[in-house]
Amino acid sequence: MAMRASQLVSTIKLGIKSLLLHKLRSGLTMLGIIFGVCSVIAMLAIGEGASYEAQEAIKNLGSNNIIIRSLKPPEDTKEAGGTRGRELNYGLTYDDGARIYSTIPGVHRVLPMRIIRENVRFNENYLPCQIIGTTPIYPEIAGVDVVRGRFICDTDELHQQNVCAITTGLANRLFPYQDPLTQAVKVDGVYYRVVGLVQEQSTTDQRSQAGEMEGEPLDNNIYIPMSTSRSRIGELILKRVTSGFGVEAERVELHQITVQMKDTEAVEIADAQIKTLLNRFHDQNDYEIIVPLQLLRQAEQTKRIFNIVLGSIAAISLLVGGIGIMNIMLATVTERTREIGVRRALGAKKRDITTQFLVETVVLSIGGGLVGVLVGVATPFIVSNLTDMITIVTFWSVFLAFGISGAIGIAFGIYPASAAAKLDPIEALRHE
Amino acid sequence: MERKAIIQIEGIEKKYVLGGEIEVLALRGADVTIREGEYVAIMGPSGSGKSTMLNILGCLDRPTAGRYYLGGDDVSKMPDDELSEVRGKRIGFIFQSYNLIAQLTVIENIQVPLFYQGKDLAETYDRCVELASLVGLSERLEHRPNQLSGGQQQRVAIARSLVNDPLMILADEPTGNLDSATGLEVLDMIDRLNADGKTIVLVTHDDYVAERAHRVLHMKDGLIDREVVNRPETN
Ligand SMILES: Nc1ncnc2c1ncn2[C@@H]1O[C@H](COP(=O)(O)OP(=O)(O)O)[C@@H](O)[C@H]1O
Ligand SMILES: [Mg+2]
Repeated sequence: MAMRASQLVSTIKLGIKSLLLHKLRSGLTMLGIIFGVCSVIAMLAIGEGASYEAQEAIKNLGSNNIIIRSLKPPEDTKEAGGTRGRELNYGLTYDDGARIYSTIPGVHRVLPMRIIRENVRFNENYLPCQIIGTTPIYPEIAGVDVVRGRFICDTDELHQQNVCAITTGLANRLFPYQDPLTQAVKVDGVYYRVVGLVQEQSTTDQRSQAGEMEGEPLDNNIYIPMSTSRSRIGELILKRVTSGFGVEAERVELHQITVQMKDTEAVEIADAQIKTLLNRFHDQNDYEIIVPLQLLRQAEQTKRIFNIVLGSIAAISLLVGGIGIMNIMLATVTERTREIGVRRALGAKKRDITTQFLVETVVLSIGGGLVGVLVGVATPFIVSNLTDMITIVTFWSVFLAFGISGAIGIAFGIYPASAAAKLDPIEALRHE
Repeated sequence: MERKAIIQIEGIEKKYVLGGEIEVLALRGADVTIREGEYVAIMGPSGSGKSTMLNILGCLDRPTAGRYYLGGDDVSKMPDDELSEVRGKRIGFIFQSYNLIAQLTVIENIQVPLFYQGKDLAETYDRCVELASLVGLSERLEHRPNQLSGGQQQRVAIARSLVNDPLMILADEPTGNLDSATGLEVLDMIDRLNADGKTIVLVTHDDYVAERAHRVLHMKDGLIDREVVNRPETN
């Protein structure tokens, strides 16, 4: 005969009453489950948030894109490479861009970039920045928004105009009182008229940077036409070095080529093809290929592993909580042996006793689960308020944690409950 | 006209097997018949088998041989669950140490046997209140056992033993833990129940307690040694 609903309700009430008889003990026992459930939810929320941030950053690089960057080759290959005296010749070339565009199937557009560290002056303001020589398609491929004015255009490119678009952060620092669009900035003795203000969609460190510029603001870019960059600045870059001969020369044509493919399928194939193509013309290891799509996959894989690790930790803490519950329930059964005998004498079947203690254990663990869910949802909220970390509490993590706490109650309640039911009523009644 | 036999025990034996294959015969073929409305006391020296007899009478244990008919049904071979049901429906227990459930109130303690019969507790609530007032505890329905005196607790136990309207009430030294004045109150209450037609079986050491019964069964070495009739059944 199935238990009637009202009987189950009474049994649950009885379980609560029995637990309230020993409030401190019940509370301490629940603590294990509370911590377990809370840590599942909180850790998953923080993990979810972190992976969200990583994935967003990678998505900003464009999942259809392949990014190729010039790399300074390792020191020992210098002699074998294109070194003439103290002039170091490495990196991507204009020809590389053209070859990729003409030979790799599935290429939509190719975006070349020259990235040079320089100082920019406006009146008495003299600030470090990156001069980025690029083409008018830059905003569409690399992801910047034009806030005011315009980006550099085809005419600028054609006529090697001395114009520039600058990022808003740099504009604010350079022109505290003036309207930037009416001004010109001076870089290495050349004036560039400001034609637009742009905003980087991504300002994380995934963004290409030339040289070492830790601790500096990331949105300090000045965009100029590629042709202007070639003619005004040239490929030879002199660097002051702290040791040795004092000046080091580098010859780099392009610092970065962003290849935009027609679709993500093309990305998969093109990666290897580009490598083969470039290797034919580069006899030193002076470039790297970054495929955001692969990074995205890796991030997803990392997240899966992260979830498994977190899940295991949480499972262990819930297991420990469950063992604590079982321990207390076994003690409770011993302590209430007489009560069990009395109930058996008054007509309780073995299964009634099993149900009673099982329900009591489940009430204990689900009670802990409920408190754990509340604390577990509050913790990420507090964390993201106190830090700039993004946290995402997913419904399924709450559901999972709560479900597990109920399952723990059943799993660890069965043994004490059946031990209680197995007691001989006569022995139980004699128990002191 | 002979009254209906509620308890009919024929050649009942209870053998305990101890470790090392030592056997103890706690009951060795006792015969007992108890009729409806009777008040029977069981007496005897320690180790004579009183508790064993009471356990079997209360369907808490099964005999190893012999037959036990309770209300006409053979309960000597019943499986565990059915015995539980028989206890819940046909037997009212009164224990020496009251045995109320600590976390339940007076009224809830009275309801316990009904709960295990799957009765609707709301429907039977009035009857439980009635029983509480019968034993003089209508003012203490929401009290817990630890807020009651020993005599009050035993009265709750009496109300609880009546709630399922049992065939008989089994009382094991019901006054053993009470002072003599309170003990008398409880015994008077049991007398009244018997006068109202309840069958009572009571185990005691006390001659004064046994005097109240119609019949006293004296046990010795697992048998009914002799039977003393105090007074004929009046009701
Ligand atoms: N569970 C048991 N295991 C073994 N022997 C028992 C058990 N219960 C009772 N006995 C034995 O059975 C005999 C009768 O015991 P009991 O019924 O308790 O007598 P009484 O209640 O009259 O003192 C005693 O010799 C006792 O030792
Ligand atoms: Mg005894």
